[in-house]
Amino acid sequence: MNESLAVEVANLTKYYGELLAVDHITFSVREGEIFGLLGPNGAGKTTTVRILAGVIKADGGSAHIMRHPARSLQAKQMTGVVPELTNAYPDLSARNNLMFMTELYGISASRGKKRADQLLKELDLYERKDQLVRTFSRGMKQRLILCMALVNDPQVLFLDEPTSGLDVRSTRLIRDMLREFNKNGRTVFLTTHDMEEANQLCDRVAIMNHGKIAVIDTPMKLRSAVSGLHSVEVSFDKHIGTEALSGLAGVNAVRKEGDRLRLYASEPSVVVASVVDYARSTGLRIIALNILTPSLEEAFVELTEKGEIHGN
Amino acid sequence: MATSQVYLEQLRRSFAIAKKDIRVYYSKGPVVISGILFPASLFLAFCMGRHMSMSFLIPGLLAITLLFTATAVSPVVAPWETMMRTLERLVSCPVVVSTIIFGDMLASSIFGVAISIVPILVGLVAGVNMLHPFILALGIILSASCFSSLGLIFSSPPTSMPATIQMLSSIVKFSLVFISGIFIPLDELPAWGKGIASISPLTYFTDLARYCVQGNSQYPVFIDLVVILAFTVLFLVVAIKLHERNLPKRF
Ligand SMILES: Nc1ncnc2c1ncn2[C@@H]1O[C@H](COP(=O)(O)OP(=O)(O)OP(=O)(O)O)[C@@H](O)[C@H]1O
Ligand SMILES: [Mg+2]
Repeated sequence: MNESLAVEVANLTKYYGELLAVDHITFSVREGEIFGLLGPNGAGKTTTVRILAGVIKADGGSAHIMRHPARSLQAKQMTGVVPELTNAYPDLSARNNLMFMTELYGISASRGKKRADQLLKELDLYERKDQLVRTFSRGMKQRLILCMALVNDPQVLFLDEPTSGLDVRSTRLIRDMLREFNKNGRTVFLTTHDMEEANQLCDRVAIMNHGKIAVIDTPMKLRSAVSGLHSVEVSFDKHIGTEALSGLAGVNAVRKEGDRLRLYASEPSVVVASVVDYARSTGLRIIALNILTPSLEEAFVELTEKGEIHGN
Repeated sequence: MATSQVYLEQLRRSFAIAKKDIRVYYSKGPVVISGILFPASLFLAFCMGRHMSMSFLIPGLLAITLLFTATAVSPVVAPWETMMRTLERLVSCPVVVSTIIFGDMLASSIFGVAISIVPILVGLVAGVNMLHPFILALGIILSASCFSSLGLIFSSPPTSMPATIQMLSSIVKFSLVFISGIFIPLDELPAWGKGIASISPLTYFTDLARYCVQGNSQYPVFIDLVVILAFTVLFLVVAIKLHERNLPKRF
């Protein structure tokens, strides 16, 4: 087993009856990495996280957390979890929810109290610490769940769509907290639908679909891998129809977006040159000209909609 | 960590779970009140107008109270936590299934033991003598564990509907009350009645409580204790096995 891997998964498989929810996936996450698992609804992300967090048993393959088998007490002791749909106890105060967690991780009362207060302050819940969780807003509840996942100062933190449905402030607090946590060399494993989130946070992302992992790479490389989706965005001082530009050298397709035109190309630099030539020859003034690399979202759509994708 | 240390640590975490249960479920007014009112009214309904001595009645009241309070919440903790979505977080903590079940059992027993003081006080006020208080205390503690473990067997189907489980457990509880020699003394039962009574753990607690109050019992008190202990171990083991099998199906 590799010494510096925080998560090591080999041939992991999970059936729900006939349905193959996780289909022989193999991947690993290095210590200190922020790793994102992306995929459409029903891809098998939550199922994967649940196996890694030790909540359910796999039907085949193996999963190790910090070299301990998932589901073992040792693995769980080093792990923090923010499940997809979860609640703190609504009839306990924020503080008591946290203290309960510290007890379950075997943290002494005095140390646990310090840790709880520190986390409550960092996630801006300290003022409300003695109020029942049932009185909290959704964002506050989710921040508390993150506090609960951090009480044991875990080596690996699993988060299943940690910011979905939250406002800007809660989202930012949570993302900042994850970056801070990661700075200390800790590993973060998160699932998300939010491409921008994966782009901002993750060192590497895996794209999952139909229980399989389609591709694993850095967000940067994934974006550039989807060649042909490069584009040049241009706007002129006068209105220009799309047909006028579609004949230019290097342009594959043209789309109008508001007052701008978007020219798709495999070689953006060629297109820039021909746009400049075109403007010069027609006496138009270029107001803006940008080269756009494909967004992670486009890469995602491209990779998951290509139909059958094989392998890891 | 050495194995014994691991067990000790898990036991500590069971206490934490018990404390959580008591805070969340038992500190609610309705649970406490129905824990007292329900057995009392059931009991009154059956004893009204019948001439029986207090020293016969009080052990029966105590038995019903203990059964109903020790099983008041233990059957619904698991479906409730499934419904409230608190369970997944709990299960991803470093605790094994038996730690969770044992914690729930503890909380439930503590509640049963605490409320059983009410019928005892009623008895003392009514002038009933407690001949063997220590044996009675031991019997109450053991039986509370026994009944709450029974409640945990009811909660093992992987449903998120507390009401379904509550109904199932009520049916069993009521049946137990009528077959355990509470309203009719064991020695007045026909042979088949005694036979049925002997499969109910409540019979042995009622018998033990009569021994502690009246001084005589159907079975030797030692046998009562051993049988209650055996039922407790059986129920607890079965509850743990069932929950181990069903817990992953709750997600
Ligand atoms: N408890 C269950 N019983 C039966 N089928 C299940 C269960 N949980 C998940 N599935 C199925 O397994 C597949 C993978 O589900 P999973 O929840 O892992 O997807 P996901 O990638 O997390 O989706 P989402 O983005 O919607 O959260 C789906 O087809 C789902 O219907
Ligand atoms: Mg999911």
